Amino acid sequence: MAKMTLEQLRKLREEKKGDMVRRDVEGKNIQIIVGMGTCGIAAGAKQTFDEIVKVVDENKMTADVIIRQTGCMGLCHVEPTVEIVMPGMPATIYGKVDVPTAREIVIKHVVGKTLVENHIYDRPAVDIVKK
Amino acid sequence: MAYKHFILVCGGTGCESSHSDEIYKELIANAEAMGVKDDVQVVKTGCFGFCEKGPIVKVLPDESFYVEVKPGDAKEIIAEQIVKGREVKRLLYKDERQKDRIKVEDIDFYQKQYRIVLRNCGIINPENIDEYIARDGYAGLEKVLTSMKPDDVIEELKASGLRGRGGAGFPTWRKWMFSKGVPADQKYVVCNADEGDPGAYMDRSTIEGDPHSVIEAMTICGYTVGSSKGFVYIRAEYPLAIERLKIGLRQAREYGLLGDNILGTGFSFDIEIRLGAGAFVCGEETALLQSIEGNRGMPIPRPPFPAVKGLWGKPTIINNVETWANIPVIITKGASWFAKIGTETSKGTKVFALTGKINNSGLVEVPMGTTLREIIFDIGGGIRGGKKFKGAQTGGPSGGIITEEFLDLPIDYEALTSLGSMMGSGGLIVMDEDDCVVDVSRFYMEFCVDESCGKCSPCRIGTNQMHAILVKITKGQGTMEDLEKLEKIGLAMKKAALCGLGQTAPNPTLSTIRRFRDEYVKHIVDRQCSAGKCKDLVVYSIDKTKCIGCGLCARKCPVNCISGDKTQKYTIDASKCIKCGECFKACKFSAVVKK
Repeated sequence: MAKMTLEQLRKLREEKKGDMVRRDVEGKNIQIIVGMGTCGIAAGAKQTFDEIVKVVDENKMTADVIIRQTGCMGLCHVEPTVEIVMPGMPATIYGKVDVPTAREIVIKHVVGKTLVENHIYDRPAVDIVKK
Repeated sequence: MAYKHFILVCGGTGCESSHSDEIYKELIANAEAMGVKDDVQVVKTGCFGFCEKGPIVKVLPDESFYVEVKPGDAKEIIAEQIVKGREVKRLLYKDERQKDRIKVEDIDFYQKQYRIVLRNCGIINPENIDEYIARDGYAGLEKVLTSMKPDDVIEELKASGLRGRGGAGFPTWRKWMFSKGVPADQKYVVCNADEGDPGAYMDRSTIEGDPHSVIEAMTICGYTVGSSKGFVYIRAEYPLAIERLKIGLRQAREYGLLGDNILGTGFSFDIEIRLGAGAFVCGEETALLQSIEGNRGMPIPRPPFPAVKGLWGKPTIINNVETWANIPVIITKGASWFAKIGTETSKGTKVFALTGKINNSGLVEVPMGTTLREIIFDIGGGIRGGKKFKGAQTGGPSGGIITEEFLDLPIDYEALTSLGSMMGSGGLIVMDEDDCVVDVSRFYMEFCVDESCGKCSPCRIGTNQMHAILVKITKGQGTMEDLEKLEKIGLAMKKAALCGLGQTAPNPTLSTIRRFRDEYVKHIVDRQCSAGKCKDLVVYSIDKTKCIGCGLCARKCPVNCISGDKTQKYTIDASKCIKCGECFKACKFSAVVKK
C-alpha cells in the first residue's frame, strides 16, 4: 500500500476491525493460531505449525482454515501453545502441543468438534482492547 | 452432533490432589443419568493456575468459573446449568481482596492478570501491521497528531502517573518535559531493549509479540519533544525480536506511519535499529548512548541527564520497552483510565518474567499493588514439587530477595525499595528450600564481576573482593569478620560507584545477609550448607541400616568411588567423591545421606 492519509488510516482500521470481529464471532473461518515467540519456537512450535498445515491439508479443510502465528501469550511453561477459534466451539487454548497432539487437535477439535483432554489452558487475562 | 456445553475440570496436580478426578467422574455420571450426555462434553484440562482455590471447574460457553468445587457439587452443575441453563452462583469465584487496592471498576473477572503492555501479545500476528491497526493501533498517534499539542501529551502522561519500567521508576512525563524544554537543532528518542538481567525476558516478548506498540509510542514521543530521529537499541541475542521489529518498521514506513510527512500532517520521524553486543552495562542509559555513538559502552556521570544532554550531546529521551508499550494505550484510553489501575504512587501494571522453582513459569502482567503471594501462588500455581517457598529474587543482580514474611505486601516501586530490593526490569525468580542464599549471592556477584565495565574502582574492585569473600564462605573457609567486610564494601559501592549497576551490585548480598544471616553463619561457623548447594560443605555417605545392597548408586557413580556388595552393603570413598549427587538421586531407599 502507498502512504496513507489520516482518512485512509481510519478507514483501514474500521475495515480490519470488522474482519477481526467477524472472525471472532460469526467466524465463517476457522482460525488456528500458533504461539511463535522465542519460547514457543524453542519448544517446537515450528514442527507443530507444520503438522497442523499437513493435517488440515489431509482433511481437505484448507479452504476453511486460516493458520496464523502470534507472539507469546505468557504460558511459557506449556509451550508450544495453539489457540483455536471456530464457529460452534468456544475459543480454546491448548498447551504442550507437540506433533502428535497437534494432529489429535485438528482431527478431534477442528473436524470432530470435541475438546481434547489434558491440554486445555486458560487465557491469562481479559482483552482490554475489546472491552 | 455438536455439544452445547463444555465442562472443563482442572487436571493440574493441585486440583488432582483435591479430588478433581472424582468431580470429573461425577459430572460424567450425572450427565448420563440426567440424559444430557450428548449435550455436554466433560474434559480434563491442564493447570488453570488458581491452585489455592482449587479444584477449578469452568463451564463454556457461559464462562462460569467455579472454585473449591466438591464431587458433591457435580449433580447441581449438571442439573442447573446444563439442563436448565442457570449458573450455580454459590460456586462462582468472588474476589474479596480486590475491593479498594485496585480501583478499576471493571476488574470483575477472576484472572489476577491485567494486560496493558501485553495487550496484543498472543492475539495479533506481529508481522502484520493491519492486525495491530485493527486493535486500535496507531489510534494514539492519530489522536496526538490531530488533536493534541505537545504540552497536552505531557499533561496526559503526568495525569496517568506512568513511571519508567526499566528500574528506578522515574516519572516519564518529567523526562519528556525536560527534553521538550531544551532548545536544540536535533533531539533523539531511544528505546532501551538491552534486556540483560538473568531470567528476564519481558522486553523480548513484547517486541516479538507486538513491535508496533513500541514504534507508535516512540513516534508519539518524537512529536511531543520535537525529535525526528529514534533508535531502538536491542541485543543481538534477540534475533526473532529484531526480525519482527524490522518487518514492523518497514510496514510502518510503507503505510506512511513513519518517515517524512507522517499521515500527511507535516510531522516527520524515523527509527533505526542499533544492535548491542550483549554487555550488561549497556543497559545502563549513559553507557547505552555511548554504544550507539560507536564508543565503548561505559557509563558517564550524571547530571547532565540524557534528557538534557544525551546522544551526540543532544537532548535524548530514553525509555525502556515496557514503558513505551504503555503509552499508546494511555493516549487512546485516557490518563484517568490508566491512573485507576495500581497503587497511590505506582500506576498501571508491571510485567514479570516468572521463573525458578515455580509450577507455571511464564510472562505475567499484574496491576501494581498485587502481592507476591498472588503472583506466585495464584498465577504461578505455587512451588514445584510441593516444596517450601524460601524467597523471590526481583530486580536481577541489582535486586534482593523477598522472604515469606513479605509475601502479602502489595508490590510497587516504594515497597520493593523498602525491602532492599527493587522493581528492576521485572525478572522474578522463585527459590525453594533447596536453594542456598549464599550460593545465589555468589552467582549474582560473579555475574557483576564479569559484567562490570571497569571504569570506576568501587565497582571494579568491589565486586571482585565481594565475590572472593563469598567464594570463601561457600568453601567453608569464611570467618565472621568476612560478613562485616561484605557489608562494609557493599555500602561503599552503593555510595561511590559511578552508575546504577555498580551501586546496586551489592544488593543481593546485602539483602540476604540481612534476611538470612543464620544461613551465612551456618556456612561460616558450622561449615554446613543445609540446602546442599555448596559442594565443598556437603558430604555424602551411605546409611548401612537402610542400604539393601542393590548397587544402583555404585553403577551411577561417574568416578567409581562407591564400593560394596549385597552382604557388606555399600560405602562411599569421600576422598574420591566429586559430590555430583547422582547416588543421592538414584537411591530409592533414602540410604544415601547428604550432610
